[in-house]
Amino acid sequence: MADSRATAHAPAALGGPLVTPVTIVLAALALAALGVLVVRFTQGLGSVTHLNDGYPWGIWIAYDVVVGSAFACGGYAMALLAYIFNRGEYHALVRPALLASLFGYTLAAVSVIFDLGRWWNFWHIFWPGYAQVNSVMFEVALCISAYVLVMWIEFSPAFLDRIGLSRARQKLSRVLFFFIALGVLLPTMHQSSLGSLLVVFGHQVHPLWQSGWLLPLIYLITAVMLGFAVVIFEATASAVGFRRQLETPVLSRVCTIMYWVLIAYLVLRFADLGWRGALGSAFAATWQAFWFWAETACYAIPAVLLATPASRERPARLFVGAVLLMLGGMLLRINGFLVGYMTGDGWHYFPALPELVVTVGIIAFEILAYIVIVRRVPVLPAGQPAAR
Amino acid sequence: MGETFLEDVAASAVTIERRLGVSRREFMQFCAATAATLGLPAGAEAQIAKAVERAQRPSVIWLHFQECTGCTESLLRAEHPTLEKLILDVISLDYHETLMAAAGHQAEAARKAAMKAHKGKYVLVVEGAIPMRDNGIYCKVGGHTAMDLTRECAADAAAVIAIGSCASWGGMPSTDPNPTGASSVGQVLGKPVVTIPGCPPNPYNFLATVVHFLTFGSLPAVDELGRPKVAYGRIVHEHCERRAHFDAGRFALEFGDDGHRKGYCLYKLGCKGPETHANCSTIGFGDVGESNWPVACGHPCIGCTEKGIGFAKPIHAVAQLKGMSPPATYPRIVEQQGQTSFAAAAALAAIAGAAAGATAMLARNLGKSDAGQESPKASEPPRGQGG
Repeated sequence: MADSRATAHAPAALGGPLVTPVTIVLAALALAALGVLVVRFTQGLGSVTHLNDGYPWGIWIAYDVVVGSAFACGGYAMALLAYIFNRGEYHALVRPALLASLFGYTLAAVSVIFDLGRWWNFWHIFWPGYAQVNSVMFEVALCISAYVLVMWIEFSPAFLDRIGLSRARQKLSRVLFFFIALGVLLPTMHQSSLGSLLVVFGHQVHPLWQSGWLLPLIYLITAVMLGFAVVIFEATASAVGFRRQLETPVLSRVCTIMYWVLIAYLVLRFADLGWRGALGSAFAATWQAFWFWAETACYAIPAVLLATPASRERPARLFVGAVLLMLGGMLLRINGFLVGYMTGDGWHYFPALPELVVTVGIIAFEILAYIVIVRRVPVLPAGQPAAR
Repeated sequence: MGETFLEDVAASAVTIERRLGVSRREFMQFCAATAATLGLPAGAEAQIAKAVERAQRPSVIWLHFQECTGCTESLLRAEHPTLEKLILDVISLDYHETLMAAAGHQAEAARKAAMKAHKGKYVLVVEGAIPMRDNGIYCKVGGHTAMDLTRECAADAAAVIAIGSCASWGGMPSTDPNPTGASSVGQVLGKPVVTIPGCPPNPYNFLATVVHFLTFGSLPAVDELGRPKVAYGRIVHEHCERRAHFDAGRFALEFGDDGHRKGYCLYKLGCKGPETHANCSTIGFGDVGESNWPVACGHPCIGCTEKGIGFAKPIHAVAQLKGMSPPATYPRIVEQQGQTSFAAAAALAAIAGAAAGATAMLARNLGKSDAGQESPKASEPPRGQGG
């Protein structure tokens, strides 16, 4: 990264202990997930999941991949802001956001393998002749894999220094702009394609979430919005967790952008529902309607909470607003892929305990890896004295 | 090819109508069906149409020996409206004991005349097995043994086709103890010939072979037993309409039982589909639709095309599976439509509660710091909301 130009924000490793009660709990959760995965890979999907012929995709896809990759859009959103709109003041946020994205995306990509019935054939999608090039899933799979690779390259300056490959780093920095550009292009492609998956599902998706050709746009806008929300969430949580100074001024500027994206999204979403005549089904006494309003509340509350510039300066509001938006983005995806997915009479799906253990374990592993890396690798901006 | 082909056909439609007494539509249906039977690529029907239309009818000499005339009957009794017209018009059937008007010495004279006139160009079709024991005295026509007639007619023929299982490999007359020494055309001539086995064979397989000869001047590719690969390249079982029942383990166990009435697999009733090479399961039989071949009627295949199976194995004997066997386990018949466990619901509620609680705590601490305290209290990052 161009941290040499922004010496005030030059990142530095935090240091500090790696073994704490928090990391021990996180490691235990990750290990539990690993245990379930051993059973899954030896005994098959049916042994640990509640997947059935009506719901071949459960939370391992709907949460781990679709929501997981959207939550990992922090790096995308910040790169968009810092490099495409050339707003240097956000530079300090890029590297931590990129780190979280790196883990979010890598694990989302790996999660796909957990869900593949014949997982040993996973490489077929990369092999010309085996791959079905007209498939939306092919686009998503290839694009996400490419993005994971690009992100590792984007992030590599942070650890190339650490492992003493400074010359490699210098060579890389000359072509890094290319990877940064790719790092903005690729998520634009696959985050919208995740919406296209629902287009392909057609009438099997409840009208409240079947927006047809608008779905790619809806998924893309919410992914950008989620990216900003995640940056606020993560910057606040890590400031509190590592007892560092809050970065409220820069976060409130991020929040302003996020807020207008949110308003634009709400207008688009309800215009679409009204135009398609789907709004009526939101008032029916169904589970789908209930979850629709729960989802809508997650967008509406932040829209009120963060309405004034003064309110965007208050860390608590920023944090609650960001968490609610993340919840809303999650519900939009879970609702589209599971709650609003109607595959025929009699079919239903609720995740099994082992499925939840794996999902929680993946999240725990992400947080654990984040903690370990920021303590050992220059990621967070230096020069901020510990608050206490 | 499209346009010229269409123009050609349009121009000759009248000719065809006059000559064959069939409409152009029926004629093209015949050509397309024949091309499909032969497994030829799109456009081949045009070549076939041209060849048939040219009306250079090859002379055909059709010999009958130890047989029941079932092959001829199946060819003539086919319900397809144009079949018999075409087979009689496309070829010049100069000698056929069942169909020719001539009789006695007159008939034999016609054969001799045709053989002389079309020397090296006529097609010899043999129907029925040829007895070889005791110098072939068990079957004579016009004072000559079947053996001699076969050798005499084959000597100057452009192509020899054995129609039916009897001519192809001996068929029913060759069943043990085979008192007459019934043999195939190939055994008599000492060289392989094209065979169209079946009892009776599907008329389309014969017709397609003849049309292939007319169109391309050669006989279609055959396997080691002389059978055209297009028709006999696969076993009946491979494309059987009841195959899904076999794979799922649903069998009729006796005639008229519940499974039999439901159309289950006939393997356990002795169906020889798994060891018989023929295309009955793909093109049906008798030209009256897909429901009229033996297995579709509810009768197991008896393997009539296959030497050593048809007329050799008892009809009730279970077939030997070739290259496939029933799976060790079967898919569930009733699919689980979804389940919910209390533990999972409780765990999800706990995760949601923990996430909400952690968010609330952190927000409260942030609120306090916002209100003037110097720093937020340390708190672990909430789980449940991954970053």
